[in-house]
Amino acid sequence: MCQDCGCSMTHDHHHDSLHTNPQLNDKKTLSVIHKILDKNDVEAQHNRDHFEKNGICAFNLMSSPGSGKTTLLEHLVDQTDMKYAVIEGDLETSRDADRLIAKGINAYQIQTGSACHLDAFMVHGALHHVELEPLDICFVENVGNLVCPASYDVGTHKNIVLLSIPEGDDKIEKYPVMFRRADLVLITKSDLQQHFDFSVESAKAQLAKLNPDVQVMSISVKEPQSLQPLVDWLATQQAGLKQQLAEQA
Amino acid sequence: MHEYSIVTALIEQCETLGAENQAKAITRVEVKIGMLSGVEPALLSQAFETFKLDGICANAQFNMQIQPLVLQCHQCGQTSEQTERTIICSHCQSNNTQIIDGEDMMLMQLEMDT
Ligand SMILES: Nc1nc2c(ncn2[C@@H]2O[C@H](COP(=O)(O)OP(=O)(O)OP(=O)(O)O)[C@@H](O)[C@H]2O)c(=O)[nH]1
Ligand SMILES: [Mg+2]
Ligand SMILES: [Zn+2]
Ligand SMILES: [Zn+2]
Ligand SMILES: [Zn+2]
Repeated sequence: MCQDCGCSMTHDHHHDSLHTNPQLNDKKTLSVIHKILDKNDVEAQHNRDHFEKNGICAFNLMSSPGSGKTTLLEHLVDQTDMKYAVIEGDLETSRDADRLIAKGINAYQIQTGSACHLDAFMVHGALHHVELEPLDICFVENVGNLVCPASYDVGTHKNIVLLSIPEGDDKIEKYPVMFRRADLVLITKSDLQQHFDFSVESAKAQLAKLNPDVQVMSISVKEPQSLQPLVDWLATQQAGLKQQLAEQA
Repeated sequence: MHEYSIVTALIEQCETLGAENQAKAITRVEVKIGMLSGVEPALLSQAFETFKLDGICANAQFNMQIQPLVLQCHQCGQTSEQTERTIICSHCQSNNTQIIDGEDMMLMQLEMDT
């Protein structure tokens, strides 16, 4: 069945089937059914192997520009004992990595140039510049963009999508692919709630239609205690991965 | 515009498959684009026309099949097809469903001159 429709019930090794069209005997039709981003997915799995060899749970942070990804990573260090490094993706400059390094966080900058997303190959290049051994978790801060990064597995374990209060709660409906792929949605800058018409309830209602298993948390770096549930969630993911790895061993 | 990167990967696949099958040219490329794959079909086809120029796909026709969401419901056991972006089962309104099609981008078929 999967041979005919290429649905996600399919599994990897399809044999390409060749038909020669009897009317036009110099034309061949080849039925293939390959994921177009196949190569990226293989590299992503390789990146996960790197992380897992070191017992690291990795998180892909995605959002539109300015939702607070770097700021969160700057503040998180004061709230958790878990050791983390950050792989930064930006079109230009190494400002975000510099901000983190200034806080004593190990960060490596990828400049994507014209690419509006990170792919597994870029992250792999960066991985070999980061000392993984001492880490518990690792973040990949993707390029600020709610569209393109959603299509690429970069080899992390969980997707965290940030949506800041000033952006508006309608972004979930407008960027469904990104929010569908989230394991955790962080509603950021919650200290600004009183100034904007952002409805957390309607954000949750939209998510329920698209991604009912997703977790939702409101955070603000101005209210450090609001980061606690996030810290707990990260630790839970890390413990879950460790257990899974121990069971496989 | 990650459609350009996606087309680059697609054309690479076509080149490889063409070479494996001793094709002189690829005349038709069939892809299936899921409604929730994160790809804009118009941009994808525009990117294909731009990038195909000097390669095995230079004269290839590009056909896209847009795949609606197909949901398998774990509550009532039925499958349903959705043209809206929701994972709610249209038979029983449960959200305990699994998307079995409509999230991927697949190369489905190639027609070649050999
Ligand atoms: N009031 C308030 N402002 C915040 C909060 N978090 C971040 N900001 C501000 O939002 C702006 C953008 O934050 P960044 O952390 O640079 O955003 P980013 O997501 O890393 O942006 P890009 O890397 O460019 O995509 C900065 O001026 C931050 O000070 C918050 O919790 N509350
Ligand atoms: Mg940043
Ligand atoms: Zn490697
Ligand atoms: Zn893009
Ligand atoms: Zn149902």
